Amino acid sequence: MKKVQQYILLVTLGFGLSTIAQQTPAGEQKEVVTIVGATAHIGNGTVIKNSLVIFENGKITFVVDATTTKIPYRGTVIYAQGKHVYPGFIAPNSTLGLGEVDAVRATRDYDEIGSMNPHIRSLIAYNAESKVTESIRPNGILLGQITPRGGTISGTSSIVQFDAWNWEDALVKEDDGIHLNWPNTYKRGRWWLGEPRGYKPNKDYPEQLEKIKSFIKQAEAYGKTPADSQNESFDAMQGLFNGSKKMYVHTNGEKEIIDAITTLKESGVQRIVLVGGYEAYKVTNLLNKNNVSVLIQRVHTTPSNADDDYDLPYKLPILLVEKGVLVALQSSGKMERMNTRNLPFLAGHLVGQGMDKEMALQLITYNAAKILGIDKDYGTLEVGKSATLFISEGDALDMKTNLLTYAFIDGREISLETHQTKLWKRYMKKYSGE
Amino acid sequence: MKKVTFLFILLFCITIISAQDYFPKNEGVKEENNNYTAFTNATLYVTPTQVIKNGTLLIQKGKVVAVGKSVTIPENSIRVDLKGKFIYPSFIDPYSDFGVGKPEKVKGRGPQYESKRSGFYWNEHIMPENNAIDKFEYQKKKAADLRKAGFGVVNTHIMDGIARGTGVLVALNDDGNDADRIIDDRSVQYFSFSKSVASRQSYPSSLMGGMALLRQMYSDAEWYASGNSTTKDRSLEALIANRKLVSIFEAGNKGNDQRADKIGDKFNLNYIIVGGGDEYESIENIKATNAKYIIPLDFPEAYDVSDPYAVNYLTLEQMRAWNQAPTNPKVLSENGIVYSFTTYKLKKPSEFKAKLLKAIKYGLDKTKALESLTIIPAQMLQQGNKIGSLQPGRYANFLITSGDVFDKKTVLYENWVQGNKNVINNKDQKDIRGTYSLSAGGKNFDLIISGEVSKPKSEVKLDTVKYSSKLKYSENWITLSFTDKTSNDTYQTTAIIPSEGESFSGKLVLPNGAIRSFTATRKSLDVPEKKSKDEKDSIALEVVPLTYPNVGYGFSVKPIQQNILFKNATVWTSEAEGILSQTDVLIKNGKIDKVGKNLNAEGATIIDATGKHLTAGIVDEHSHIATSSINESGHNSSAEVSIEDVLNPEDINIYRNLAGGVTTIQILHGSANPIGGRSAIIKLKWGNDANGLLLNNSPKFIKFALGENVKQSNRQSFDRFPQTRMGVEQLYINYFNRAKEYDIKKKSGKAYRYDEEMEVLAEILNGERFISCHSYVQSEINMLMKVAERFNFRINTFTHILEGYKVADKMKKHGVGGSTFSDWWAYKYEVNDAIPYNAAIMSSLGITVAINSDDSEMARRLNQEAAKSIKYGGMTEEDAWKLVTINPAILLHLDNRIGSIKEGKDADLVLWNDNPLSVYAKVEMTLIEGTVYFDIDNDKQKRSAIKSERNKLIKMMLKEKAGGKKTQSPKKEEHINFNCETIN
Repeated sequence: MKKVQQYILLVTLGFGLSTIAQQTPAGEQKEVVTIVGATAHIGNGTVIKNSLVIFENGKITFVVDATTTKIPYRGTVIYAQGKHVYPGFIAPNSTLGLGEVDAVRATRDYDEIGSMNPHIRSLIAYNAESKVTESIRPNGILLGQITPRGGTISGTSSIVQFDAWNWEDALVKEDDGIHLNWPNTYKRGRWWLGEPRGYKPNKDYPEQLEKIKSFIKQAEAYGKTPADSQNESFDAMQGLFNGSKKMYVHTNGEKEIIDAITTLKESGVQRIVLVGGYEAYKVTNLLNKNNVSVLIQRVHTTPSNADDDYDLPYKLPILLVEKGVLVALQSSGKMERMNTRNLPFLAGHLVGQGMDKEMALQLITYNAAKILGIDKDYGTLEVGKSATLFISEGDALDMKTNLLTYAFIDGREISLETHQTKLWKRYMKKYSGE
Repeated sequence: MKKVTFLFILLFCITIISAQDYFPKNEGVKEENNNYTAFTNATLYVTPTQVIKNGTLLIQKGKVVAVGKSVTIPENSIRVDLKGKFIYPSFIDPYSDFGVGKPEKVKGRGPQYESKRSGFYWNEHIMPENNAIDKFEYQKKKAADLRKAGFGVVNTHIMDGIARGTGVLVALNDDGNDADRIIDDRSVQYFSFSKSVASRQSYPSSLMGGMALLRQMYSDAEWYASGNSTTKDRSLEALIANRKLVSIFEAGNKGNDQRADKIGDKFNLNYIIVGGGDEYESIENIKATNAKYIIPLDFPEAYDVSDPYAVNYLTLEQMRAWNQAPTNPKVLSENGIVYSFTTYKLKKPSEFKAKLLKAIKYGLDKTKALESLTIIPAQMLQQGNKIGSLQPGRYANFLITSGDVFDKKTVLYENWVQGNKNVINNKDQKDIRGTYSLSAGGKNFDLIISGEVSKPKSEVKLDTVKYSSKLKYSENWITLSFTDKTSNDTYQTTAIIPSEGESFSGKLVLPNGAIRSFTATRKSLDVPEKKSKDEKDSIALEVVPLTYPNVGYGFSVKPIQQNILFKNATVWTSEAEGILSQTDVLIKNGKIDKVGKNLNAEGATIIDATGKHLTAGIVDEHSHIATSSINESGHNSSAEVSIEDVLNPEDINIYRNLAGGVTTIQILHGSANPIGGRSAIIKLKWGNDANGLLLNNSPKFIKFALGENVKQSNRQSFDRFPQTRMGVEQLYINYFNRAKEYDIKKKSGKAYRYDEEMEVLAEILNGERFISCHSYVQSEINMLMKVAERFNFRINTFTHILEGYKVADKMKKHGVGGSTFSDWWAYKYEVNDAIPYNAAIMSSLGITVAINSDDSEMARRLNQEAAKSIKYGGMTEEDAWKLVTINPAILLHLDNRIGSIKEGKDADLVLWNDNPLSVYAKVEMTLIEGTVYFDIDNDKQKRSAIKSERNKLIKMMLKEKAGGKKTQSPKKEEHINFNCETIN
């Protein structure tokens, strides 16, 4: 029982300071907050060991070295010596809020039928009160790009912050990009129809590629003159040609990547982001030449081919960063929503493989913000940007020490309580006999 | 004159064959033909080793009468002079579906759990009552194709189902009827691991289920034979009736060869095993089966690697299979394994010769090859006194060839079956090859005829201008046309070849349609030599060496046990000693010998581990790697199946797990049913065979499962009991009650029907087998503990146990351990309340807790998963590390052998470059029992070796394509990463 009591102590320590109830969004920042003494990880590669961070009205007003500055502390002062302050982590290419329980169909809202769905918008289905999203925040992930799945063009994503009453409140950037699933040159045998298992050349590939090309061309032509009759899906595509929307093309193979970039560029798509990119490291010149950034596949995956290096998925981001490609991490894949909370550890894992620690951090902060086009306000601890940040007891990229004591979104102190912490406390209480 | 003889022979044969003694005849007069046929002056293969030069073969009434150098030829003989020609016994294909075919695939929706038959065995895939003779219908066209490939007799059966009934041995005799050609109508009985396409019965859904079903079938037959059944079972009766017959088992690959043999051993059966062509990879084990084999020759075609992107989809394993498979027959022969060949798996029989020649090119001895086509299959089928050789009394089944039957250029002239002649190529056709001068239409062309005697090729030139030409030569008629490529003028000629002389002449049609005559005169028998493709082709390609296992990252030399002293490491003992800094660990003879400071190396290799961390190898209580099946979902209980039966030692995940520091795993059956199958506990000794992976004296475990999966909540399946948690309880109670009654009956000494499923459940009741139960919500967890208590045993482990924290006090009281995920949730409705604090809460109540993977990816970083318990619930580092080492070892009843760094325990160790609980840590070395199975430097070498071997093989394949060989487009073999849910 002694052990139980120790744990209870920890429960109170860890979460006792925060008075905000689980799931209820925090109100506007009223008082200035000053964080003193923490190691500030700016998110762009720099670190301030003993920092002073001040924010008010949701914006960061000072980020300086506390040892040399004379700036007075203002408002609520948080003494954070030995702790770490980070910009809120960003989860691109996520389906958070679009699904709750994977196995329960009624809770799944991320995959619409049809193959060309650019007009399908994730934002309006985003459930700001998802219990899964709530469980992501205590690990430092405070923003996400909510992305539809399925089809050839899945739809349009939007960027939200994770503490809101509803999707309108949650919105950070509306309809930021369109997501295209590039066809594969190989396809799986339909074994349930008696075809052999495994992958074989996809004979329909040229035709599928042509369909995409033609759809984009049609959309572009449609935008040249005012329409006689409104075409919603062509309408949705317009931002691609003037660069106001990005095209996120999801694909992994070398040939597919080359085809995708070449085709999209030729079709007048201005800005391209590659999502997945298992073999992107083989075509870094092409990526750089076309200004293509990469949301690399989940670091924690098994290699796609038996002969691949066992650690290839672990080092893909390194191979790209070394060649000057702008890379951010994401965690789509198996059980992707609940797994999003491990995003910081994907970055941490890269450090073990040889990446600089601050660079690894950049892949889930500044780089992600830049790729998503929200870097003006988010992604780093810089003056003028949103006070979307958190304090961790230790190194937030290591699961051993990722322990949040405070988190703020736009200066609002959010709850770190979850359905899970509630159950934890409830049962610890039961066993301690209280 | 010749034509007349031919006709005569034909008539004569028909007369022989249709003379059935006691049959009345109304179409004419009934008469007999007792004439002989004598083949003289041939090189005569009586058997593969008994060869007579200038020998005579005398046949009468479809059988060999005499054979030898000086055979007395009776007066009433037809003489056939075979000077310069060869006679061989014709080939036998022991594995065919000739004349029977496969039943049609039955379609339908939803699973079918019960058999729709009555009066037969309970499982529709067991059909020993089938007799191929009932379906047999002689197929002339297919027979002709087989004869062309040299076959005279095939053994056919209904190629469908797990127990397939009996076959038919049939001579490919077009001229007779079934009364003549059926040599045996219950030749052998057949088995396989493949379900019937004509039945949708779900069980068995897996290979291990198939094995269990066969075992049960045999023991049921024994029980039935002793008159214990009160009901009639025509399947078992047939199986009993066929007991004396030879059994052929289609296994299909090296692993299944051994699996079939294992079943055979249990019931004292010597199967003849139909292999897969990959036996060379495990030749020692294949040899150890002591079985005879039937080997297909479907060597893989080279891959078309001209598209460098497509090459990415190919594995070294696939490329090697192309490169190495042609050595299979040679390797089998060299190892003294007795086998026959079959045309099975080939697209058509005409591919057979080329494949066989390829095997010879790759070292197969010709005599062995001939044996494998003649006397061996004859003996296998216990028909050596009728077929397979040309000794007197055997059927007159033989081939007449122009030369050595295994020479590419040799022409097969005739294939005689039961004394009936079948002409494949006219043996009396004149050899017209040579260089000619051809005068036609006032011009003098050069004509070269080359190629095979029966299929010559032409080349026509006018001075230096080459004409395109086409040549046809059959029945002594030649047709040659040639075209001037620039003017498109075509000359057509046709002529009969005279039997004597060096020239031929005939009709010529000029480009303008005018009809003239032409003459061609042979100037020389020689044809200008071209370095022909054939010659280049006669040399086998370099065969790359095998590795252990024979896939990428295999070892070229199996690693050996070493004595090692780790100096100056931070040692995570997972014992009361905790974490020791600057400590030495000495390992000797596979065991941890000493742990302490400043140890003497005692001759061991010293590894400086300064700044590094040494831990016990990670133990994964819940893994699904290294196996070829996971779920037997055909029944709601499948205790009779065992993962030990289906290990896959070549799974690359073994190597990848080693790279993550894992050394021991429990491969659990999946969660498709409340009572799953038996586990396999293995050590990840990469490079060993299945037996080498298995832990000696392994504790016995079985997987149970609760929750949504066993209720089939997330599948479109509503027929299988149970569909609710209420039903799950009753299922357990029912099974345990039955097992209890079974055990009592068994122990009473009364006659009982052996039931493998009940045997396993009785082991649980008797405390000899432990349960690891997949579990989610508190109600069901509590329920199973109560069921166990009611039957006086304890649940050993709850795996997943996501709501364990809610009933941790009850679990503690019951004495069960928990093996859980660190932070998984929200993937099913039943994990709504799963929390990452689970491990910490259960630990805090004194429960033995482990963190497991259930996932081949997560298994590679279980250290990180353990570390999450520090974050979620505040465990100490020391305790957190135990979650993946000593605690799972305790749960597996292996804590006396593995799981910690303690003197006397197995030297299963991992060397890390950092605190193993840190996300930044990397494995540098993984050892099992003192043998290094993973080493980060050695891994680098392996990578470059893979690269260069791939390049080498790619180049070889490019050459194949350039040389005009058939290729196949690269295919990627699907590697199924199993988890609990996988149905396979």
